[in-house]
Amino acid sequence: MPSEPGSDALTADHVLEFPGGYTRTTGPVIGRFLTELRDGRLMGVRTAEGRTLVPPLEYDPATGEPVTDEWVEVGPAGTVTASAWVREPLDGHPLDRPFAWALIRLDGADTSLVHAVDADNPKALPPGTRVRPVWRATRTGHISDISYFAPEVTKIVSPIRSAYRLTASPSLTRFLEGVRDGVFIGCRCGVCDKVYVPYRLSCPECGNPITEEVPLPDTGTITTFAINNLPDPRAPEVPFVSAYILLDGADIPMIALVGGIPAHEVRQGMRVRAAWVPEQERTLSMSNIKWFAPTGEPDVEL
Amino acid sequence: MRDVAVVAFAQTRHTAHDTGLSEPELILPVIRAVREQSGLSAFGFTCSGSCDYLAGAPFSFVSALDALGAWPPISESHVEMDAAWALYEAWVRLQHGDVDSALVYGFGKSSLGDLRTIMTLQLDPYYLEPLGLDQLSFAALQAGALGADRKALDEIARRSRTDGLSNPNALHLPLDEGEPVVEPLKEWDIAPITDGAAAVVLAAGDLARRIHARPAYIRGIAHRIEPHYLGMRDLARSASAADAGRAAGVGKGAVDVAELHASFSHEEIILREALELPSSTVINPSGGPLAANPVMATGLIRIGEAAQRIMDGAAGRTVGHAAGGPCLQHNLVTVMEAG
Repeated sequence: MPSEPGSDALTADHVLEFPGGYTRTTGPVIGRFLTELRDGRLMGVRTAEGRTLVPPLEYDPATGEPVTDEWVEVGPAGTVTASAWVREPLDGHPLDRPFAWALIRLDGADTSLVHAVDADNPKALPPGTRVRPVWRATRTGHISDISYFAPEVTKIVSPIRSAYRLTASPSLTRFLEGVRDGVFIGCRCGVCDKVYVPYRLSCPECGNPITEEVPLPDTGTITTFAINNLPDPRAPEVPFVSAYILLDGADIPMIALVGGIPAHEVRQGMRVRAAWVPEQERTLSMSNIKWFAPTGEPDVEL
Repeated sequence: MRDVAVVAFAQTRHTAHDTGLSEPELILPVIRAVREQSGLSAFGFTCSGSCDYLAGAPFSFVSALDALGAWPPISESHVEMDAAWALYEAWVRLQHGDVDSALVYGFGKSSLGDLRTIMTLQLDPYYLEPLGLDQLSFAALQAGALGADRKALDEIARRSRTDGLSNPNALHLPLDEGEPVVEPLKEWDIAPITDGAAAVVLAAGDLARRIHARPAYIRGIAHRIEPHYLGMRDLARSASAADAGRAAGVGKGAVDVAELHASFSHEEIILREALELPSSTVINPSGGPLAANPVMATGLIRIGEAAQRIMDGAAGRTVGHAAGGPCLQHNLVTVMEAG
C-alpha cells in the first residue's frame, strides 16, 4: 500500500461550476408562485383535499394527485414551528451575520416554508414566534425575493435620561465631612437610645430631634448582601457585592460595597473594615471608601 | 421469495483525510477481501453506489470498475445513492432466479470538497437550494423540530464515539462534545468527514450455505420515501422509516442489534422510535455513522455490520438501516436472521 501523502504530495484544485448558472424551467405552479412573489405577494395552492400548500407544488405530496388551480393569498405573517441557529454564516447563506433557519407556517397555509430569520440570538425564536418577510428592494421572481423573515414587533426600546442637580442636606453634609476626615458620623436618639448611621436630624422611630453626634469605627459585620452581575459605574469590578454592614456601635446597618474577596465567599456575619482611599485623595464623597474588606476575624453570630 | 443472504463483508480502515488513494485503489482491498471470504472470483451480478458530486467528476463510478476486472464483460449496475440501495437492487436481481451471487460495493471520499455545501445540491432547486440551505443547517432544523433533550443527544454521541474507539475501521475521535456548530448541533452530534469503502457479497439458495456456515439471511428488506420539501413533513418523526420497518417485518421478532444510519445524534432518536426498537436492542455497536461516515458506503456498512454479528454468532436477528435525502427523507430497512 502507498504510504500517506506527505507535504510533497501532488495536489491540484478542481472546481465544478456552471458558469452563468443552470437554467431551469419552472412549470406552471412554481412559476405562478415566483411571479406572485416578484409582485410582493405570497400565494398558496389548494389541493383537491382542500389543503393549502406553501410553497406550492404541482402534485399533492400526500396523495400524488395534481393540485387544483385555486390559489389563495397567505401570510405575509407566519408562525415559527422549528428553528436552528447559524453562528457562522456560509458564503451562500441569506444573511452575513448570525441568523436562524426556520420552518414558518404562513397564515392561511397548511404546510411550512423554510427560510432564514434575522433573529438576535439563538433563544430569540421559540416555536410560536410570529415573523414577517423582509422583501428585497428589486425582486426578480426568486425565492430570495424575500431577503429573510424578521420577528413581528413585540417591543420597542425607549432611551431615558434626565439630568438633575442635587444639593446635600445639612445632615448628609455633616456625614460626608466625617467621611472626608476618615470617620463615620452617627447619632444617638436622646429618647430611645438608638444609634443611627449615617448621621440624621431626627429619630425615624420616635420622631424626636437628634442632637448627639456619635463617631463610629470603620469596622462592622455583614448582616445581608447581594451579588450583582451587571456592571455599575460605582463598582470597581463585576460581579460585585453590595451589603448591609452593621458598624460596631450602630443599631442600623449601612449599605456599602464589599470587596477584596471573591463574591461567592461573602457571607452573613463576616467581619469587615472600610478600605479608605489615600488621605490626600479624599473629598466630600462616599467614594472615599473603596469598599469594605474582610478583617479576618471570626464570624459573628447575628 | 428466494432465500438470499449476506455471506461476506469488508470495509476499509476509514480515514478522516484524503490519503491520496484513487477510487479504484480505495475499493481494491475490500473487493479482494470479500472475494477471499466468499471464495468467489466472479459474480452473477455487480452493483455499486457512489456519488459523482463527492469527487466533482462525472461517471466516477465507471473508472472504479477498474478495481473489479470487468473483462470478459460483467453484468453490472450502479445507483447514485448509498450502496445500501445497490444491495437492494442486487437482492431484487437475485430474486429472478437465474444468478446466485452478487457483489455490492460503495465508496466515497468526502474529504475532497465541502460536504456541507455539496449536500445543498441535492435539494429542490426552486425553494431550498437557492437559499444555500446546507447539510448541517437542515439537520439542525430537524433537531430543533424534534426538540431533543441535550442529555439524550450527548449520551448517543458519547456512546457512538466510545464504541468507535474499539472498532479498528472507525475513526478514533475524542470523547469531547466540541463547539456548537449550527445550534442545537454540537460537533460530536455530527458524523465526521470520512473517506472509505465497503463491499458485501450476497448469495442465494444453496450457495449461501456452501460459502458460509452461518449466513445472514435477509428475511425482510424494504425502502420508503416521503416528500422532499421539509415544510411538508413532520420533521420530528420519520413516517418513511416506520413504513419501511413494518414492511421489512422488524417487529416480527426480537432485534438483538440494530445498525442505524443516523448521521446526527437526533436521527437515532427519531429512527429508534420509527422502528419501535426496545431498549434491549443494542444500537450501533460499531460506533455507527457518528464514528465513521464514508458517505455512499455508510448505509451499506450498517447492513454489513448487522450481518457480521450474525455471521460471527454474536446475534440471531439484526436490523441494518440506511438513509438518503435531507432529514431522513428516504429509508431502507433490512432484517437479517441466522438460519
